[in-house]
Amino acid sequence: MSLHVPTMSEMIAKGETPEILFWVGCAGSFDDRAKKITKALVKILNHCKVNFAVLGTEESCSGDPAKRAGNEFTFQMQAMMNIQVLNGYEVKKIVTACPHCFNTLKNEYPELGGEYEVVHHTQLIQDLINTGKLALEGSETYKGKKITFHDPCYLGRANDVYEAPRSLIEKLDAELVEMKRCKSKGLCCGAGGAQMFKEAEPGTKEINIERTEDALETAAEIIATGCPFCNTMMTDGIKNVEKEDAIKVLDVAELIANAADL
Amino acid sequence: MVKIIIFSLLIIVGFGFFGYNIWKVRSNILLGRDLNRSDNFWTRLKLMTLVAFGQKKMFSKPIPAFLHLALYLAFVITQIELIEILADGLSGVHRSLRASLGGFYTFMISFIEILSVLAFFATIAFLARRNMLKVPRLRMSELKGWPTKDANLILIFEVILLVCIFTMNGADEAAQVLSSNSSYGFTVSQFIGPVFFGGIKSIETLHLLEQIGWWGHIIMVFIFLNYLPYSKHFHILLAFPNTYYSNLEKKGKFTNLESVTSEVKLMLDPSADPYAIAVDPNAVPLRFGVKDVTDLTWKNLLDAYTCTECGRCTSACPANQTGKLLSPRKIMMDTRDRMVEVGNNQRKFGKDFDDGKSLLHSYISEEEIWACTSCNACVEECPINIDPLSIIIDLRRFLVMEESKMPTELTGMLTNIENNGAPWQFSQSDRLNWANEE
Repeated sequence: MSLHVPTMSEMIAKGETPEILFWVGCAGSFDDRAKKITKALVKILNHCKVNFAVLGTEESCSGDPAKRAGNEFTFQMQAMMNIQVLNGYEVKKIVTACPHCFNTLKNEYPELGGEYEVVHHTQLIQDLINTGKLALEGSETYKGKKITFHDPCYLGRANDVYEAPRSLIEKLDAELVEMKRCKSKGLCCGAGGAQMFKEAEPGTKEINIERTEDALETAAEIIATGCPFCNTMMTDGIKNVEKEDAIKVLDVAELIANAADL
Repeated sequence: MVKIIIFSLLIIVGFGFFGYNIWKVRSNILLGRDLNRSDNFWTRLKLMTLVAFGQKKMFSKPIPAFLHLALYLAFVITQIELIEILADGLSGVHRSLRASLGGFYTFMISFIEILSVLAFFATIAFLARRNMLKVPRLRMSELKGWPTKDANLILIFEVILLVCIFTMNGADEAAQVLSSNSSYGFTVSQFIGPVFFGGIKSIETLHLLEQIGWWGHIIMVFIFLNYLPYSKHFHILLAFPNTYYSNLEKKGKFTNLESVTSEVKLMLDPSADPYAIAVDPNAVPLRFGVKDVTDLTWKNLLDAYTCTECGRCTSACPANQTGKLLSPRKIMMDTRDRMVEVGNNQRKFGKDFDDGKSLLHSYISEEEIWACTSCNACVEECPINIDPLSIIIDLRRFLVMEESKMPTELTGMLTNIENNGAPWQFSQSDRLNWANEE
């Protein structure tokens, strides 16, 4: 099935207004692993006939890594350029599969003139299920499987979203097992605060290894995440301990798309 | 009469010195930049009631929470007895509230006594935990020297305070037994009084002991009160304003620097004329980010005074757990030490005095602040809503925007964002390629 990915400019040219903008983000656009998450989400949106669009080549970095690295100039330049584009298209609602984009667009853009309703993709999918647009009943894909959820800091502690991703895992008929540190006490994967783009400072251990050990302790078969960067860190952690065959790292959107056979 | 005079002097000196110290603390906090937290009165009041008064966040660790609660309740309720001590001291009457309150008085003192017994055991447990159990967060390098002494000193003060209360009430009860074979009926001291002091058959000695307990207690109260502004224990007072003035926004929301906003707007506006903007020639340009405590906000500085160095932040910090140099607790301790230093310097040598030191570099190293993942675990963990993360990010802002100093990989990342709108070297025109890839 080919993906239907309308861009904002195409839709406006046809005189149509999409209900929601899918903010893909840099990882979702360029990182090979994260692109799969992007596609999984598009499959869900296509399947549920959601009237959405992407910015395509008009999208640019939200500015999150610049801001966390301390460069407020670069952040605000990015933010204001993005806001000009978004306001130009009269965007009202945004969904994104990246908690960093989610946090920045939702919390830091309004003061700079960009006010939108911003939702994380797990919240949107939850809504699609609750309104009956997406059905998972009878899906055997993950039935009874042990799945643990790693809370992305910028989704959980930063924005108090803990339940949406968990409710989706429960919809899979899977067994949700919590790590000893979860929800507001969840341990960071090590990528936040622009750490993704630099070597870690000298220490005794990598943070993603520490977190991977938490996940392995649960004896889960799948680590579910909701962030492309957490995904990378956890995948690397699993590779590091050579457990790729025993435990998989998947985004919640991928789990849902697989379970719905999309 | 002599007693009343000495007592009055004690009160004047005790409160006077405390007042002077509070003035110093206030002026130190006001070294910080302005920040408006005067909004949302009811939300803030509710937050303060839950977090400071109700100790909501303490209960994620139930055992220390219970011990802490015992000490806290005893501390709060004992203030009622303090009212009587003040009344007795100024009037020269013994147990001046007893006649008017009657049975309620016995109930009240008994209540205080029961809490005091709990507090006594809690204090002993805390002393043992600090000095015998190897709780990692209580044995970290930033606690070496004064902070450890400070912690033990506070606990010893509390033991002395409690011993004084029971010496006072116990000797009084023993004197009642000796003189009239009766009792005040105080729940604890009616039993421990005769046990400890029953062997003393001189009513004068018992009165002397009672007076030693009485004076010892009130003197310790004033020592304690005046020690607070120098101690990590200041949190017993500052937890209340500190939680009231908490950040009410989502933890992920970082401040947008207004000084940057105006410049960026100018850069993006093709019709803007930079010369048309009226510039005050005497205006001192604000630094981007934070180099020293005077660049922080007053709330950051209040946070620093409020920190009781429990180390929950540091034990939750992913960087610290994996052996990095960063400790959010040390960030708060350094901020406080530097603030007190700058405050003292300014009072001694004038407002413009420069000692050549700064919070960044002299106290907090670049390695520490670059280890942070901005995960907010420290902020979440703090039982009294202290925010070490905002200080860390503001220090980064100074390094990056004023000194252009950052790990080289970050320079590359920032250049990529500026040139092609992504932290990696991909062209913006390839941004939708994923849609057509298999």
